[in-house]
Amino acid sequence: MAIALSEQQLTKIRAHIEAHKTMPGALLPLLHAIQDDIGWISEEVYLPISKALALSVAELHGVVTFYHHFRRHPAGKHVLQICRAESCQAMGSEKLEAHIKSTLGIDYHETTKDGAITLEPIYCLGNCACSPAVMMGDEVYGRMDATKVAELISEARVT
Amino acid sequence: MIKVYVPRDSSALSLGADRTAKAIAAEAAKRGIKIELIRNGSRGLFWLEPFVEIETAKGRMAYAPVQPKDVASLFDADFLHGGTHTLNLGLTENIEWLKKQQRLTFARVGITDPVSLDDYLAHDGYKGLKNALKLTGAEIVKVVTDSGLRGRGGAAFPTGIKWNTVLGCKSEQKYIVCNADEGDSGTYSDRMIMEDDPFVLIEGMTIAGIAVGATQGYIYLRSEYPHALKTLNEAIMKAEKAGYLGEKICGTTHTFKLEVRRAAGAYICGEETSLLESLEGRRGQVRFKPPLPAIEGLFGKPTVVNNVISLATVPIILDKGAQFYADYGIGRSRGTLPIQLAGNLKQTGLVELAFGATLRELLYDFGGGSATGKPIRAVQVGGPLGAFLPESQFDTPLDYEEFSKIWAVLGHGGIVVFDDTVDMAKMARYAFEFCAIESCGKCTPCRIGSTRGVEVIDKITASKASGKDHEKNIQLVRDLSDTMFNGSLCALGGMTPYPVLSAINHFGEDFGLENKGLEKIKEVAA
Ligand SMILES: Cc1cc2nc3c(=O)[nH]c(=O)nc-3n(C[C@H](O)[C@H](O)[C@H](O)COP(=O)(O)O)c2cc1C
Ligand code: SF4
Ligand code: FES
Repeated sequence: MAIALSEQQLTKIRAHIEAHKTMPGALLPLLHAIQDDIGWISEEVYLPISKALALSVAELHGVVTFYHHFRRHPAGKHVLQICRAESCQAMGSEKLEAHIKSTLGIDYHETTKDGAITLEPIYCLGNCACSPAVMMGDEVYGRMDATKVAELISEARVT
Repeated sequence: MIKVYVPRDSSALSLGADRTAKAIAAEAAKRGIKIELIRNGSRGLFWLEPFVEIETAKGRMAYAPVQPKDVASLFDADFLHGGTHTLNLGLTENIEWLKKQQRLTFARVGITDPVSLDDYLAHDGYKGLKNALKLTGAEIVKVVTDSGLRGRGGAAFPTGIKWNTVLGCKSEQKYIVCNADEGDSGTYSDRMIMEDDPFVLIEGMTIAGIAVGATQGYIYLRSEYPHALKTLNEAIMKAEKAGYLGEKICGTTHTFKLEVRRAAGAYICGEETSLLESLEGRRGQVRFKPPLPAIEGLFGKPTVVNNVISLATVPIILDKGAQFYADYGIGRSRGTLPIQLAGNLKQTGLVELAFGATLRELLYDFGGGSATGKPIRAVQVGGPLGAFLPESQFDTPLDYEEFSKIWAVLGHGGIVVFDDTVDMAKMARYAFEFCAIESCGKCTPCRIGSTRGVEVIDKITASKASGKDHEKNIQLVRDLSDTMFNGSLCALGGMTPYPVLSAINHFGEDFGLENKGLEKIKEVAA
């Protein structure tokens, strides 16, 4: 089920490649730039990147799949990350996690039917003084409970 | 104009500090009062965030925690002039929790506006660099060595010795790499430095560059810290503009350039050689050592890799002298450790103390006991690869050697607390699961062992009920831990046995065992 990139997206990607071509250790910054802009890393970008940075497509694929942050499929409008690490566990994150999964009706790495929320696990947000913690987009939220997460989700759904 | 401080630290934001700041600004406007709203770093009392301060004639007055709904009543109580209110905590400097600390690395954190260079300079900023610029590289390295500073990223290797190796290498190009991957659960001191006092890290890296002759620095920052990214980039830009970074630093012939690089969510990239692979644009697979990164590091060049806290501690050492720093601490653990209280504690937050305080003081005097009010049962110190400690070990002083005597680690100084509802078999299973998720895959004991470990713990949980093959399963997990401990290339596989075996040895009842004490641990550690 390959999703083709639009010509506009490809133009943007070519610009990112051009901008990073001569940077030492360019690959991660380039992949970040692409994902920040397009939302995910399509296999369509492998060929142009491999040419520009003199890497094999296999190497590139190896890098993209190694890092949890890079997504190989488009995400929903908002990405909700739930911290699964120890400090949050000590404050009841497992219950919260189960609750969120059941109210959204999805598991990790899945997106709600309306395309609003993609759920991801994360291992520490550096907000362990305010566990349990979640992240929505670029914002972190602390001392979460079922009600507060429900509010976050409904706010996200209308924006 | 009255100065009002509302933190911008992301933990404060996670509890609504932005909304509080907006509410204060709106209420002031509504009442026609002019205020200067400053977004400072956090003082680190996270159970009290959003922690608002007012500058009064007597000093900064604290009101906390302040939610938008409290704002109107604070104005009614004339909090802008230190008025009485139920949220008034008195002068910040008199708060016991802060008074009892020895803040050296965190001297400015919570006090200043993190992105104001003027504020930084007004609070002793760049004094360390000024001194360093009068010294030779070897002299700077000697000051760092004499201070006794050891790496705060986990391995506690003497910072000065590492620098000396890089200094001694002849090379056209050398690098300073700051390890800001902070992946350990229960830790956030790196994040706080980067968000709340970024110039101190920049200054520390600049001094490191000048000391060893490196002209390029990279901060490898975990992708989970978007606020730190913004703050660092803003601070770097300001430092460049003011001549503290780039060419001809402070009018000298020194050059030091600095760039932030984002990681991509792999715990193993906190391991220094994996980090270098990642910076070079590859999978974060651990490299064989030797060569040491100090000799052949980034792009094959001599490289200092140091943790954020190690580097951020260098400015005060160069400012106040090696002896000043070395006078803090006990044994071979010199100076202070920024301790991060996390998990199930009433009073979580950043406590910087000289080495030597006991875990018990931290858990009860600072932490105030568990958040849930239940007894504290287990404490994990040093992140996901650290041992779980039972109550009987709470009197251990925080000291690298004292911890290693009880087969535990201080790591990056994170303390995660669990109350008596914790199931330690589940925690042991999680330790294996985490290792399996994050393994770089280079060596078999870690790659395969971690997955086997999850299975064996599941078997133990089953045989605990049935009794069938129980002893055998326990032996299996011990043998597996032994293999991982001895046969792994790096500490991810090599130290996963710490949480696993400490859970079994100290909390045997959760594994259907009588508590057999420390004997078994010693066997494996031997
Ligand atoms: C699995 C693993 C993860 C690590 N994660 C980090 C980390 O997130 N931050 C860090 O500073 N050091 C981390 N380290 C330690 C580094 O390998 C290295 O010792 C450290 O960056 C050196 O800096 P220091 O001497 O200033 O502590 C990790 C080590 C291992 C084995
Ligand atoms: S122990 Fe694990 S993470 Fe470390 S090198 Fe081996 S496989 Fe990689
Ligand atoms: S463990 Fe959840 S934020 Fe650190």
